[in-house]
Amino acid sequence: MEEIKSEILDKEKQEYTINMGPQHPSTHGVLRMVVSLKGEIVQNLVPHIGYIHRGIEKMCESLTYPQIIHLTDRVDYLSAHINNEALSLCVEKALEIEVPERVKYIRTIMSELTRIQSHQLFWASFGMDLGGLTCFFYGLRDREKILDIFEETCGGRMIVSYNTPGGLMYDIHPNFQKKVKDFIKDFKKLLPEYDQLLTGNVIFHERTKGIGILSKEDAISYGVTGPSGRASGFACDIRKIEPYSAYSKVDFKEILFNEGDTFHRYFARMEEMRESMKIIEQLIDNIPEGDYCVKMKPIIKLPEGEYFQRVETARGELDVYIISDGNKTPYRVKLRTPSFCNLGALNLIAKGGKIADLVAIGGSLDFVIPDIDR
Amino acid sequence: MTNEQLKEKILSIDPKVEITEGKQFLTVTLSTNKIINLAQKLKNDEETKFDYLMCLSGVDYKDSLGVVYHIGSSKHNHVIVIKTKTSNRENPVLESVTGIWETANFHEREVYDLFGIKFKNHPDLRRLFLDNSWGFPLRKDYVDDVNIVSK
Repeated sequence: MEEIKSEILDKEKQEYTINMGPQHPSTHGVLRMVVSLKGEIVQNLVPHIGYIHRGIEKMCESLTYPQIIHLTDRVDYLSAHINNEALSLCVEKALEIEVPERVKYIRTIMSELTRIQSHQLFWASFGMDLGGLTCFFYGLRDREKILDIFEETCGGRMIVSYNTPGGLMYDIHPNFQKKVKDFIKDFKKLLPEYDQLLTGNVIFHERTKGIGILSKEDAISYGVTGPSGRASGFACDIRKIEPYSAYSKVDFKEILFNEGDTFHRYFARMEEMRESMKIIEQLIDNIPEGDYCVKMKPIIKLPEGEYFQRVETARGELDVYIISDGNKTPYRVKLRTPSFCNLGALNLIAKGGKIADLVAIGGSLDFVIPDIDR
Repeated sequence: MTNEQLKEKILSIDPKVEITEGKQFLTVTLSTNKIINLAQKLKNDEETKFDYLMCLSGVDYKDSLGVVYHIGSSKHNHVIVIKTKTSNRENPVLESVTGIWETANFHEREVYDLFGIKFKNHPDLRRLFLDNSWGFPLRKDYVDDVNIVSK
């Protein structure tokens, strides 16, 4: 008996390894983490990715630019519209095309709607990860309204493929403005409900405050962008740094905190939803009349050279880097995706914490697995 | 800093690098053994403060393999591009910048995985997405008759 007892005690002191994922509810996709533990303290964490690597960058090399739009949708399926915008802007930059004001306004409104629905899903799933199942129902209920707006105008709900080099695929639906305004009016009343349920919840504070702290220096060095980076004080909002589309015409605040813990990564997203609504309100009544698309040549050939475009997706900075050799297909396309870089910091901030907090930390970084794997 | 000032600054650190004004950014082309020195100085200097590696892309130039670094500053918001390449396709080795920007760790593993470029002094150089049975798919001479339909 004594022998067994001492054996167990010995084992508790030893480091052991467990496998979290690939099919784990809190990873929201196929992400495998090999976690070394001592007791319940995380000693080291090695992410294994590539389960759904589709080789999008290689596929792009054999597709024309309007075709690539349908692949960028599938990189980060929650920011599909913004990803398309990135590629469209990059191609327009290369061809030196100026799109009509109407296109810029609609793109900006659509991007902000995309950001809101992505953060709604973040809120829903983050709440559920921490044990609040009601969040999931509330979040998805409200997200549905935005997806309905998308469906009416774009035809798709998540994979919208609405942007195209030169403008938009179709004009907005006649109901679009009214529906967006209705949604904003509704959601303004609903957002305090979110706060009551989670933001002010004492149990939630205990689970998130002071957990998984990422310093500003580390955020910059690890390239953690988006709300996660801004919660650490890294001013990385591309909408402010290099305004594209109609962002230079609107007034909004860049959400910055200095704490860098799980709670502030969550809170930054909540505040961003409010800022996004502010942006939409400023634009929705002022959409200028005009064309929704510039007439493009049937075959788009970019001049030889290199083109780089930065945009702010719901998760952070997305860079599109196109090298063209003058053909109708690109020579090389690189997508710098935010979740991929944010994942790099996971080991740093989870180390030394409890295994139960790993779920909260991973959730607060808001990974989308196809965005990591590409 | 403007491009002119940046150009002067870079030339004062290393007068032998080749600088071209690209369409968008100032482009610095150098050999791989010089990158650590230049990057470290550009990062630590308060005036340039290139502390944020936004994008690291591997490129197959057919006759050579290279890496393109897009680096920015969290303070000044200026961006430059650094390019480095090697003509050895059999055993390409470049210098790792993980010691300067931590995010390069994952980026370099990705480049190693898809292009087969090895990075000297990388802390954990393993394949990232694929297993060892694959070749290096983003290379232009990669042949896969089953999965890639060529025109």
